[in-house]
Amino acid sequence: MVESAPALLSPLVLLVLLGVFAYGAAAGAAVLHARAAGTAPVAAIAAPARESARLLVQRRRTVPGADTLLWRLGGALLPVAAVLAAMVIPLGPVAVSDLSVGVVWFNAMEVLAWCAVWLLGWGANSVWGLVGGYRFLVQGLSYELPHMFALITAALGAGSLRVGDVVAAQEEVWFAVLMPAAFAIYLVSALAMAFWGPFDAPVGRDLAGGAAAEPAGADRLVLLAGRYLLLTVVAAMAVPLFLGGGAGPLLPAWAWSLVKTAVVLGALVWIGHRVPTVRMDRFTEVGWMVLIPLSLLQALVVSVLVLVR
Amino acid sequence: MAETVVFVVCAVGAVASGVAVFVLDSMARATFALLASFLFAAVPLLLLGLSYLGVLVVLMMVMEMMVMVVFMIMYMMNPAGLMPMSMLHNKVGALAVAIGTFAVLAAGVFLVPWPAREGAVPADPTLLLAEAIMGPHMLVMMLVGLVLFATMVASVVLSTPRGRYDRYGDDLRRARPDDPIDGGLGR
Repeated sequence: MVESAPALLSPLVLLVLLGVFAYGAAAGAAVLHARAAGTAPVAAIAAPARESARLLVQRRRTVPGADTLLWRLGGALLPVAAVLAAMVIPLGPVAVSDLSVGVVWFNAMEVLAWCAVWLLGWGANSVWGLVGGYRFLVQGLSYELPHMFALITAALGAGSLRVGDVVAAQEEVWFAVLMPAAFAIYLVSALAMAFWGPFDAPVGRDLAGGAAAEPAGADRLVLLAGRYLLLTVVAAMAVPLFLGGGAGPLLPAWAWSLVKTAVVLGALVWIGHRVPTVRMDRFTEVGWMVLIPLSLLQALVVSVLVLVR
Repeated sequence: MAETVVFVVCAVGAVASGVAVFVLDSMARATFALLASFLFAAVPLLLLGLSYLGVLVVLMMVMEMMVMVVFMIMYMMNPAGLMPMSMLHNKVGALAVAIGTFAVLAAGVFLVPWPAREGAVPADPTLLLAEAIMGPHMLVMMLVGLVLFATMVASVVLSTPRGRYDRYGDDLRRARPDDPIDGGLGR
């Protein structure tokens, strides 16, 4: 069981680390993009900072007939959902709050992203935005069940819904080794959760940006920051669920947590760069005909292992 | 004391957002007012120490509202239906039924001889819940599960404009289905 750190200190550290990793993800994506475009990759490292500065001074857009309240709420909800989900992720032996139902809490906070993206799409009173929001919900219906089953499988292996207990259960062997299908499914659904890479249809260029078509200035900055935070959080959660948390030689536990998070996040960013967008109606079939049966089989195997042990 | 304050805030919040569902003239806002009401209702569950059920209510209600909002917008996608729109119909009748129901329920609350509390709080309510669902109540859960599954399948069948004859031909002998968009599995 991981401890809870002194009040105020751990939330602060959490926010700083999330910010650093989110920036790293954005910079990584920018570098990959720059290299593909043939421009200087090193200069791209500062691209997120430049873009942030530009958006801060850009005037926010107003659209006739917009539902401004829901629109702003949607934008603000995305980073909030990401940070709340990160509450239960342990950094080595310490978490902001190691809830007894941390796995369920994480999933519940993730799902707030559904609200956020749809509100962004709907609030703008724009057909592109609305279609983008709908795409994310369709995407959600496709990846959420496999995602849930992957989370359930990890909790099943540990016999607890507490994230700290899941980490403790991996002392001898990591869950990524015990349940590789669940780990792979988790990563796929993690990409979809952050509408990243092959699952960026909700903000696709064929929709002039989709749910992100209309937000401008600070609104857009909050949206993009929230997206990268979400990507960071789902990558970070893979570490305690499947990669043994802070376990590892030489380095202290918190350092191993950070290293593993960086590796997973880097992999997700790279995949996002390499894999083209997938149509949601096609992924729906894959999600329901392949990923769900696969995750159920994985859960069955883990159940048998737990009973036998 | 803190618990009492939290409970009162959530109770008032739940009722207020519940009222807002019917007062607001936007389908989207009504949906999220309803979600707010459910979230307020989830907090008392947490106060009772039912962590799993409380968080589960949040999780399920968020997803449910998002699915519902799709259908609401879909079915009312016309200028008159989106904004402004009214959730109030047959106001007099509805008001009479609502007040009557409230009176009956309130009377029940005050007149029922509630039993005194027995036993101690379990160390792990989630485990007890799991044991109840997988033990004495398993038959009920399985039947309910079957009913829900049948409902989902039926609603999908009724909503799809194309069936197996459209896909595989009148004699169902077409090797590959004639779908407007190929599925992800290349079948």
